[in-house]
Amino acid sequence: MKWRTEDGAWNPYFAGALVGVLAIASVLATTAWTPKTMFLGASTTFVRAAGMLENTVAPEHVAANAYYTKEKVKFDWQFLFVTGIFIGALVSSLTSGSFKLESVPPTWEARFGKSIGKRALGAVAGGAVAMFGARLADGCPSGHGLSGLMQLSLSGFVAMAMFFGAGMLVARFFYKES
Amino acid sequence: MGEQLLGLVTGIIFGLLLQKGRVLRFDKQVAAMRFKDMTILKFMMSAILVGMVGVYALSDLGVITLNHKAMNLGGVVIGGLLFGAGWAVMGYCPGTSVGAVAEGRWHAIFAVAGMIIGAALYAEAYPLLLNTVLAWKDFGKISLPESLHISHWVVIPVFCAGTLGLFAWFEKKQL
Repeated sequence: MKWRTEDGAWNPYFAGALVGVLAIASVLATTAWTPKTMFLGASTTFVRAAGMLENTVAPEHVAANAYYTKEKVKFDWQFLFVTGIFIGALVSSLTSGSFKLESVPPTWEARFGKSIGKRALGAVAGGAVAMFGARLADGCPSGHGLSGLMQLSLSGFVAMAMFFGAGMLVARFFYKES
Repeated sequence: MGEQLLGLVTGIIFGLLLQKGRVLRFDKQVAAMRFKDMTILKFMMSAILVGMVGVYALSDLGVITLNHKAMNLGGVVIGGLLFGAGWAVMGYCPGTSVGAVAEGRWHAIFAVAGMIIGAALYAEAYPLLLNTVLAWKDFGKISLPESLHISHWVVIPVFCAGTLGLFAWFEKKQL
């Protein structure tokens, strides 16, 4: 086991453990400096982003929607957290030479070819189903996985079993060796 | 404003660690689902182990309050299965998708767009789901130790030992 691989990647156990430290620090910081304790999560931000986009064409519709009202369409802690992921990954990849423009991921290309259209269709359809599911489950691998299991939440265990169970089953057939 | 700034700084560090750990890659995510490369699971479970000990210690000291998500049977089971199926095809989870775009894997922008569409569809379906799937059975905001009526300091060492055993197996099989 290595601390760093040839391409500059950090050992996943080490980088992951640092995320654990970050999660603890974040819980402490939000408890001290914001009105409520915040655990790491990402998927509600997509609801707020959808609400903001709809707001530009049909603000009355957004105001009348029960779910947007419940989750509040605003730039909150989590929205900026997700924005931060973009900045952090950009800085990290540019400064380490691992930034690479890629139009189709290698695993996808091996199975479905170089077509960007096919990849786009898969990503949009898969993304829509996944996010619908994440909102129904009230969390994604960050909220249910990291934050849920860290707190030993019953819902975290069940959600992660469903995420990986369905993921393994679909991946097995979808990317089957040709 | 303080809340947003705190979120931004936390996100930047998280994004940096996700990128250094190489978990933002489509190929790594799909490889974990196909049992070929367990990088994302090693990363995730390490974060959970460290976080678990810290968060429970702080909670016992009365410094923080835990915040469980509700164990709504229909929501978590059906939503979880839908998420898993979509995740396999998309190859990213919500948090990693934006980081992947930042790494130059610009095709992840389609995943982001798809997820915004999915969120909008969910907002429309919400009233109907609230009276059907989400109304089936709700066990509430409860932890595993609470549901088993045992101390969390019994569950935590067992969970840690099990996970370390899993790590040993990953290394042995060179996953």
